[in-house]
Amino acid sequence: MRAVLAPALRRYGAPLTVTLLVMSAAWVLLMIALPQLLMVDYSLRPMLPPSKIGGPEDVHTLKNYGTLWSNAIHLGIFLKTVWGSALVTVVTLALSYPMAFYLAQVAPKQRLPTLVLMLVVPFWINEILRTFAWYIILAYNGPLNALLVGLGVWAEPVRLLGGDGGVIAGMVYVYVLFMVLPIYNAIETLDRHQIEAARDLGASWIAIHRRIVVPHAKPGIAVGCIMTFMLAAGSYAVPALLGGPQSRWFTEIIYNWFFEGGNWNQGAAYAFILLVLCVGFILLMMRLFRVGLTDIAK
Amino acid sequence: MTAAGLRRLMTRAYLAVFFAYLFLPLGIMAAATFNASRFPTVTPWRGFTLDWFRVLAEDQRMWQALGTSLLVGAAVVAVAVPLGIAAALLLDRLHGRARTLLYAVMVSPLLTPGIIIGISTLVFWKQWFGVTGGLFLTVVAQSSFIATYAMLMALARLQRFDTSLEEAALDLGASHWQVFRRITLPHLMPAAYSSALIAFLQSFENYNTTLFVRGVETTLTIYIATKVRTGLTPAVNALSLVLIALTVLGAVAYEVMRRREARAAAVEESA
Repeated sequence: MRAVLAPALRRYGAPLTVTLLVMSAAWVLLMIALPQLLMVDYSLRPMLPPSKIGGPEDVHTLKNYGTLWSNAIHLGIFLKTVWGSALVTVVTLALSYPMAFYLAQVAPKQRLPTLVLMLVVPFWINEILRTFAWYIILAYNGPLNALLVGLGVWAEPVRLLGGDGGVIAGMVYVYVLFMVLPIYNAIETLDRHQIEAARDLGASWIAIHRRIVVPHAKPGIAVGCIMTFMLAAGSYAVPALLGGPQSRWFTEIIYNWFFEGGNWNQGAAYAFILLVLCVGFILLMMRLFRVGLTDIAK
Repeated sequence: MTAAGLRRLMTRAYLAVFFAYLFLPLGIMAAATFNASRFPTVTPWRGFTLDWFRVLAEDQRMWQALGTSLLVGAAVVAVAVPLGIAAALLLDRLHGRARTLLYAVMVSPLLTPGIIIGISTLVFWKQWFGVTGGLFLTVVAQSSFIATYAMLMALARLQRFDTSLEEAALDLGASHWQVFRRITLPHLMPAAYSSALIAFLQSFENYNTTLFVRGVETTLTIYIATKVRTGLTPAVNALSLVLIALTVLGAVAYEVMRRREARAAAVEESA
C-alpha cells in the first residue's frame, strides 16, 4: 500500500493524499461498487415480509432468475429487447459510417468546424425531447401519416405509435450520434495519404474501405456499437413514450417489478440480467474488434 | 456527368438527407408550438398562436419541477465535480495494476445502463441506511456516473501538466498545500468549469436513473415525460422549444470554449 501511494505522497503530502483517498473511496465504494454488489445479493434472496428477514427462509436462491425462464411473456420481451437493440445498433452503424468517413476524410477543412458543431448540438438536446419529437412525427394525425397518405403510399393513416417499429425508429434517431462521433474520432487519425496511395495503386472503393478505413476505425466502431446497444437495451424513455402495451421493453418489466409489483428482489434479478447482457455485448465487441478497455474508455 | 461529379452529387444528397433527419423532427416539434390546435401537431394547420407560452407560464407544477431540477443540478455539480477531480488527481499518481483496476471501476458507470445505476443506488441505501427515494438519492445516483465525466476531463487536463512546476515549487520551499492551491488547482480550473457545465446538463436531462430514485419528487425531465403520456398539449412543445434554445446556446458556448482551449494547448505544445 505504501509503495503504491508513494508517488502521491511525494507530490501531494500526507493530508492531501488522505483527502483524495477518502473522496475517491467514497465515490468508488459507496456510489459504484457496493450498490452493485448489494443489488446482486438482493436479487439472490426471496421477497419476505419484514418480520421474516434474517430468519430461516432468508437464504440465497436462484428462484428470481428462474422466473424469467418460466414466464413466457417476460422471456419473449427479453429476447425482443436483445434483437431490437441489435437491430438498432446495426441500422445506426449503417447510417453513421458514411457520415463519419465524410467528416473525417472528405469534408473541406474550412467547413469542418461548422459540420461537427451541427452534429454535436442535437447530441446535447435532452433525450426526452428528441423522443418527443418523434412522438409528434409518428402520431396518427401527424406529418408522417399526412405525407404518406398524400403521396398515395397508404390510403388512410396507419397507427405508427404503440408498436415495435416506432420504438426502434425512435431509438435509431435518439442514439445515432453516439455512433457517429466515436467512428469520426477514429477515422480522423487515419493518414489521408494511405487512401490516396491505395487509390493510385488501383484499389477499388470497396477495397479501400475494407482493407484500410474499417480496420483503422475498429476501436471507434466498437465503442459506437457498445454505447448504442447499451443505451438501446437500457432505454426506458423511448419505449415508454413511443411504445404501448403491445411493445413493452425489458426495462419496463423491471420498472413494474419495483413500482407496481412491489417485488424488489425480483426486479433486482431482472436488472442484473440486463447488466449481464450489456457486459456480454461489451466482451463480444472487444473480442470481435480485438480492442482493449483502454481503447473504449477514452 | 463524370464519375467524380456523380459521386459529389451523391455525397451532397446524403449530407442533406442526414442533416434533415437530425433537424427536421426538432423543427416540426418547434413548429407545433405555434399551431392553434389542442393536440401538438403541424397537420392540419389551424392558425398561428403564441397562446401555449402563456399556458406554460401559468403552469405551477412546471415551475415546481424546474425548481427541483435546478436544485438537483446544483447539488450534482457540487458533489460530482470535486469527486471526479479528486479521483483524477489520485489516478494521475498511481501506476500499474492499481491504476488499471481503479480506472476500470471509475469508468464502469458510463457503460452501465442508467436504470441499473438507479436501481442499485435505491436498493443499497434502503438496505444499509434505510433511506428511500427522494432528492438525496437522486443527487447520489446521478453523481455516481456524472463524476466519471469530471474525472475523465480532469485526467485529460492533468496529462498536459508540466510536473516540474510542482517540483520546482517544492524545492523552493513551498508547502504541499501551497503547491496544490497555487499551481495544481489553477491548472485544473478550465476542466472544472467544463465539467461543471456537463454535469449540470447531464443532471438536468437525466431520466432513466432519476426515475428509480426520485421517490415522489418530480424533475423537469420527469415532468415532460409524464405530460407526454398523460395530458399532452402544445404547452409541452413550448417548454421543449425554450429548453432546446437554451441547450443550443450552452452547446455553442461550450464548443467555443473547448476549441479556444485546444488552440491554446496547441500553442503551448509548439512553444
